[in-house]
Amino acid sequence: MAKTNGAGTNGSASNGAPITFLEAIKQAMFEEMERDPAVVLIGEDVGVYGGAFKTSEGLLERFGWERVIDTPISESAIIGAACGMSYCGLRPICEMQFIDFIVCAFNQITNFVAKGHYLWNAPAPMVIRGPSGGGVHGGPFHSANPEMYFVHTPGLKVIYPSTPYDAKGLLKAAVRDNNPVLFFEHKFLYRRIKGEVPAGDYTVPIGKAVVRRAGKHLTILSYAAMMHTSLEAAEALAQEGIEAEVIDLRTLLPLDEETILNSVKKTNKCLVVHEDTKTGGIAGEIAAILCEKAFGDLDGPLLRVTSLDTPVPYAPTLEEHFLPNAKKIFSAAQELARY
Amino acid sequence: MKKELTRQQYLDLYYYMRLNRAVEDMMVKLFRQNKIVGGLYSSLGQEAISVGTAYALEKKDWLAPMIRNIGALLVKGVRPRDVFMQHMAKYDSPTKGKDGTSHFGDLDDLHIVSPISMLGDLIPVMTGVAMAGRYLGQKIVTMTWIGDGGSSTGVFHEGLNFAAAQKAPFVLILENNLWAYSTPVRKQVPLQNLADRAKAYGIDSYIVDGNDVVAVYSTAKEAVERARAGEGPILIEAKTFRRQGHAQHDAAEYVPKEMRAYWEARDPIELYEKFLASEKLLDAKGKKEIEEKINTRLAAEREFAENSPMPPAEFAETGVYCTGDDCHKIRAKWERPIAEVTPPRSSVKAVWTVPGFGSGKGSGGANAPIHFGDTQPAEPSAGDETKSPNGRKPAAKIAAKAAPKKSVKAAAASASRKARR
Repeated sequence: MAKTNGAGTNGSASNGAPITFLEAIKQAMFEEMERDPAVVLIGEDVGVYGGAFKTSEGLLERFGWERVIDTPISESAIIGAACGMSYCGLRPICEMQFIDFIVCAFNQITNFVAKGHYLWNAPAPMVIRGPSGGGVHGGPFHSANPEMYFVHTPGLKVIYPSTPYDAKGLLKAAVRDNNPVLFFEHKFLYRRIKGEVPAGDYTVPIGKAVVRRAGKHLTILSYAAMMHTSLEAAEALAQEGIEAEVIDLRTLLPLDEETILNSVKKTNKCLVVHEDTKTGGIAGEIAAILCEKAFGDLDGPLLRVTSLDTPVPYAPTLEEHFLPNAKKIFSAAQELARY
Repeated sequence: MKKELTRQQYLDLYYYMRLNRAVEDMMVKLFRQNKIVGGLYSSLGQEAISVGTAYALEKKDWLAPMIRNIGALLVKGVRPRDVFMQHMAKYDSPTKGKDGTSHFGDLDDLHIVSPISMLGDLIPVMTGVAMAGRYLGQKIVTMTWIGDGGSSTGVFHEGLNFAAAQKAPFVLILENNLWAYSTPVRKQVPLQNLADRAKAYGIDSYIVDGNDVVAVYSTAKEAVERARAGEGPILIEAKTFRRQGHAQHDAAEYVPKEMRAYWEARDPIELYEKFLASEKLLDAKGKKEIEEKINTRLAAEREFAENSPMPPAEFAETGVYCTGDDCHKIRAKWERPIAEVTPPRSSVKAVWTVPGFGSGKGSGGANAPIHFGDTQPAEPSAGDETKSPNGRKPAAKIAAKAAPKKSVKAAAASASRKARR
């Protein structure tokens, strides 16, 4: 599993050496800054230190002080300044040191950045990225999955990749997009996941899910770290004769309804797995979409395997209980398969 | 007021203050005729600030108004009809009915950034515009306004501190009109002079009589040129008074009568007319000509605005996202050689960096420790001889590879947790 065929079922050829998820992020930023002088990086400790997770290591040395900008601990100022830069034709990448801190800039993102194009025809081509997710015992303020705050905000795009291939290709696509894009990097994957990426330039389209494992008995929808856990559960289910189709959503806003509906119309059953907490998670939205557009195709209820509706607890025993895992997914899938 | 401008400049300031007031007077009439869809916010008595500060900017400079800075928009070149139509939610307005009041902008020609109602947000945004302008070699200055009330927001401080740390060419006008809705400034901020806030960021500030348009202009001009010269951001506190309530609905009965009387006797336009008369810059005939020019212009502008339709309902569904080059061609306007910011020349030292910082050791390579939680390297795969750093064991295999051979229960229970260890 440490090596993921990043190309998935895209059919894209991979010919580079396997790289970590973290390296994929770094390569995407490096290559985009190399390609386009309008791309700058702004955030806390992104310069000399290379970022708390070393995703911007070497960028300052390569691109200089004007393009790799260390900031005070001021998330609203980072987002606001990046938005101003984007109005001048730059394409800033903002790093949130931990994505948990993105909510410090909530107003700036949801009211200023997200609404500009709709209200006064002002595109804000900027990326807001940072390490998210739990499983590394970061505790309640360094483990968040705040994607749904932003999925609820028209004007933003929200990406949450699971493989190095997608991470690199989607980050490049995000930089080139004319809209504000939120890009979540699950920190559990940073050095645990390796995958091949093409040697040359490529992008992965925003808003397209991908089938990671074909199956006919039920559909498992997931993304980010839980995509891997879902695949693991799917392998276990296969031993029981249950063939699950695992779909990696990759982009949460806009959601790829077509891929979801095509799969569910085939399997007639749907399980959604996410590390985000249950209430208000993307699973609820998907359930509503299926009710509206595939009600007659469902042979069972939509089931959810998610984190608990609590803050992320610190102690390993607590956090492991809090998070979904392959066993929980396996049990839910077995239950669903019985319908 | 002292005489130091050209005659035309003096008359421009007068024209724009009169235009500012006439536009707002007309909107009060429209409001009373129920032709204004939402709220109407007055800058009565504060025209000298909007006009005097914006007049200090060059065409290439950028500004972002607040709700009471209609005068600044007019100086920057916005047509009165656009202000009327914004308030009337008309389809021909700059936002085509999607937002009202001064909430509109123009990135390409006038260089105006639209405000939002959450105060202070414009400060980091205009800092970013200033930084981008510097990066692109445009030699621009950016300006925005904040009230006494807005100066207590968190983002005011984040933004101004960041502007100061970056030495951004940015001028912030702190329009102290003594009231934030119904709360007097003394109940908001325990400072005599809000300009003192600048000390906290190590930047320079000015205090100016906000009802003296020449003083406002001269101060702003000096600040703008200092910012343009690279001296960093500057804060100007303009002291004035909000003559109307927060908006049309508010009779502002909480304002002491003596305070109102004091300020009404210091009307900025009347003060300026006395100055212009004493300096023989404007006589009764000249004044009448300006009034007629404004009245004629505004009648036409109002007619255009009233004749504009409301937006069609379905228009509400459009424009959430930029759809690409067909929608907006986003191109930075470079006014310096791009080679200066691309390798190998891009490592040139910027003037606003801290001496010595960066000369030490930076990050430590591909396997440098990261913040916490995950210092394990990925499992080396075939053809990949990455060594584990610091003698740590390679990560446990995660998931699928380990799972299938065991019994389902055992695999499911252990596999992902093992990986998380």
